[in-house]
Parts: sequence; structure tokens; C-alpha cells
Amino acid sequence: MRRHLRRCDMKKYLAFFNLRFSMGLQYRTAALAGVFTQFFWGFLEIMAFKAFYETDPASFPMSFDATVSYIWMQQAFLAFFATWMMENEIFDSIVNGNIAYELCRPIRIYNMWFARSIAIRLSRAVLRCFPILIVAAFVPEPYRMHAPHSLLHFGLFLFTLATGLAVTVAFCMLVYVLSFFTISPQGLRMVFTSLVEFFAGAVIPIPFFTGRMRQIMEILPFASMQNVPLRIYSGSMNAAEMKYAILLQLMWLSILVVSGSLLARCAERRVCVQGG
Amino acid sequence: MNMKKLQIFDSIHLYMHYVSINVRSIMQYKVSFILTFFGQFFVSFNVFLGIYFMFQRFSSVKDFSYNEVLMCFSVMLLEFSLAEMVARGFDAFSGMVRSGSFDQVLVRPRGTILQVLGSKFELTRLGRMIQAIVMFVYAVCHCEILWTSTKIVTIVFMLMGGTAVFSGLFLIYAALCFFTLEGLEFMNCFTDGAREHGKYPIGIYGEKVLLFTTFVIPYALIQYYPLLYVVGRSDNPLYCIMPLLACLFLLPCYLLWRFGVRHYQSSGS
Repeated sequence: MRRHLRRCDMKKYLAFFNLRFSMGLQYRTAALAGVFTQFFWGFLEIMAFKAFYETDPASFPMSFDATVSYIWMQQAFLAFFATWMMENEIFDSIVNGNIAYELCRPIRIYNMWFARSIAIRLSRAVLRCFPILIVAAFVPEPYRMHAPHSLLHFGLFLFTLATGLAVTVAFCMLVYVLSFFTISPQGLRMVFTSLVEFFAGAVIPIPFFTGRMRQIMEILPFASMQNVPLRIYSGSMNAAEMKYAILLQLMWLSILVVSGSLLARCAERRVCVQGG
Repeated sequence: MNMKKLQIFDSIHLYMHYVSINVRSIMQYKVSFILTFFGQFFVSFNVFLGIYFMFQRFSSVKDFSYNEVLMCFSVMLLEFSLAEMVARGFDAFSGMVRSGSFDQVLVRPRGTILQVLGSKFELTRLGRMIQAIVMFVYAVCHCEILWTSTKIVTIVFMLMGGTAVFSGLFLIYAALCFFTLEGLEFMNCFTDGAREHGKYPIGIYGEKVLLFTTFVIPYALIQYYPLLYVVGRSDNPLYCIMPLLACLFLLPCYLLWRFGVRHYQSSGS
């Protein structure tokens, strides 16, 4: 009986997932513009790193090819990891009270939002990543993206990419849930987004930081987002580092999910709909 | 002649009135203002942190030192935020076309550009501007530049030219809305992209980029060449007036706008 219930449960969230996923696939023109922007962005980023590399190759913390692959992959999967792409719909529903309808349904808000966030990010990335990856694989040499080191690297890349996506979404969930308490989400959102951007290695890759700063950044949950898959793909992590990074990723994922859903339960209990 | 002069003064007066209305309306939502102010601050602060930590590892990039890069970035940021503060009305212009409020603009006995400019004045960009000023002061103190009057004038020219170029880009963005009814996202490459990637002197991106930014969209005229003069890499006096040449960029932008206005068909809603 119980098992049956659980299967039904999964089915509900899968339905939410499918709904959002196919909705996201509709925005093709937006995706095209996004592809253009990201391609342009990636090119200039690589050129800037090239200038640094040419000035002083000895100080470069990873090989130049690895940096190029890192940047292309980052642009291709931007939709996975960009925390500024949080869903306004969710924030709006908290502010304007539509959340009350959701609370009436026999579902866990946390799970539903989690499923739909993953679906939206996945649909965006599916539309955008292929054109970028294909072009990046064929541009002339210093800018070309290289194949992964081995099949194992590629497998681990796919695995950590999925976990990284889950960590990112779990983190965004914390922000959604916290805005139950603050009502106006703007401030929280801005602070969190810029923090994540910086600590996740979206501004400059984590290996480029030095000494103590880098050590601290590697442990924080933000390093478990884009940093791990992108560096595994580009081959700038050795076996021991990879094992450590993956374990850390799984640990942060469980911590974030557990704390998020506990907080969500607490928020649901004290939610107060102000009429209207 | 006198009549024309009067008209210009009148336009300025009207614009000031628009600004004061906008500022008063922003001040009705003080908390939101303060939050956006800090948000703006944080976004470009991340770019600064990127530069800072890159220079923890590298001592220079293509012969440009940390302080010189900081100077370059701060001037660019200042230009951008000035342009954004003034010309942000163009950014929201797609909404104006779609909702049909541009029809209202057309029936009033005033220039279209003045009215669109006046529709929005972003005071929140002060957050970015203050940061740019702090960086600029820091860079000036640490750069060991022998300041002469021409160099100071060059900086002023850079600010003027940069504001003109970015405003021109915003104008193109708005003019394209006449044809597409929607803001085109790829235009962000040329505005936000230039702000982000203009943190380094354009010369480091190589010859091709430099050519493009000299003759197509004149970023290099407001950033790279005058910077060379200011930091003392070059004595070419032509470099000081280059930012003024960049102001010519406004001309094609204005023509495109005129063309757009002439072809404007009300969206009907």
C-alpha cells in the first residue's frame, strides 16, 4: 500500500516536470538570442584569458585548452547554473498570495517546486547547449573546445553535471522558502545571486584564486555547482580530487535538500494568507 | 536664431521637469530604491572582484598593470552608468510601442527623443556610479601618472564620448523595436557585454577586435586610445580628441531612429 502511494507521489511530480519541460521548449526565439549572446560572451572571455596566458603562462593554474573547454561548457550549460534565472512566478505567488491554491493541493510544495525548477533549467539548456557545443568544436585552434580526456571523464562529467544542477536548484529552493519569511524577495535574491556567482566560479574559475581563498572556496557548497563538472570535463582534476569533489557534492546536496524541506514544512505551518 | 536658442533652453527645462517627476516617483518606494541601489552595486562589484583576484595571480596583462586596468574599468563603468541613467527610457521602449503609448508621444508638440528620454530616469544607477568613482580615485592615487591639463581634459572627453556611444546603442536598441515590437536580446552583447569585457583595455583582445571597435562600434575610441595617452604610453595628441570623434556614432543611430519613427505603425492596442 505504502509503496503504491509512493509511486503515485512520484507520478505527480513527474507530471509537473513534464509540463514545465514542454512549456520551456516553446521559447525557441528567446533561446536563439541566448545562444548568440552566450557565444559572443564565451569568445571574449577566452580572449581575455588568452591575453593573460600570453603575458605569463607560468602563472596559469590550468592548461589553456582546459580553460577554453571550461568556458565553452560554462556558456553551453549556463541555464543549469545561473542562479539569477530564478523563477519570478514562484516569488510572485508568495507575494500575491496565489500560493494558497498550491497549499490546498495534496502535494509537497518543496517537491513540486524542485521538480519544476529542474524541468525549466533542463529545457532551457537542451535548447541552447547543442548549437554552442557544435560551433565551439569547430572554431579555429586556440578557441576550439576539446573532447574529454577519456570515456570515464565524460561519464563522471555527466554525473556531476546532474548533481551540480540538483545542488543549484536545491540552493535556489532555500531562497524561495526563505522569502516566505521576508515577503519581499528582492533583497535576498540580489545578495544570494551575487554571492553564488562569485563563489561558484562564474566570474573567474576557482583554480584562478590563490592560497587560502581557494581552499575555502573549494569546500563551500557553491563549488559543488558548476565548478566540479566543468573541471572534470576539462581534465584539470586528478583522480583523488575528483573523488573528493564528488563526495562533497553529494554531501552538500543532501544537506541542502534536507534543510530546505524542513524549512519549507516550517514555513507552510506558519503561512498566513492575508485575504484578498 | 534667438528663437532657436529659446527652444533649446525650454527643452532643457522640460527635461529637468521630467527628471524631477521621475525622482519623486522613485522616492515613493524608498526600500525598493535602496535594494536596487545595492543590487546594482553588487553586480559590478563581482566584476571588480574578478579583476582583483586575477591580479593576485598575474602582475600584468599585456603590459597593463592592475592600477591601469582599474582606471580603464572605472572610466568605462562611469560612462556606462551615466548613459544608463539618462537613456534608460530607450530600454523600456519596447513596452511603449506595444502598449501604444508611443502614439501619445507623437501627438505632443515636442521631439520624440526628448519625451522618450524623459519617460524614465534611473537613479538607482548611482550605486554603480559611486563604485566607479571610488575605483577611479583609487586608480588615480596609485597610477603614478603625471597629470597635465590635457590629460584631465582627455578624461572628461572620454566620459562625454562614452556616454554618447552607450546612449547611441540604447537608441539603436529602441529604434529596432519599431520593426520587431520587442527588445532584441542580442543587443545586450553590445551594451552589457561592452561594460563587462571593457574592464580590460581593448588592445589585449587582439588586432581584429581592436579594428572592429575602432571602425564599427567605436568603443576603442572612448577607451583604449585615450587610455594610452592618459597613462603615458603614447604622446599622439590625436588620441585625446578621439573620444569626441566617437560622438559621431550618434549620427547613424539618430538616422535609424528617424527612419523608425517614419515607418512606425501603431500596434493598435
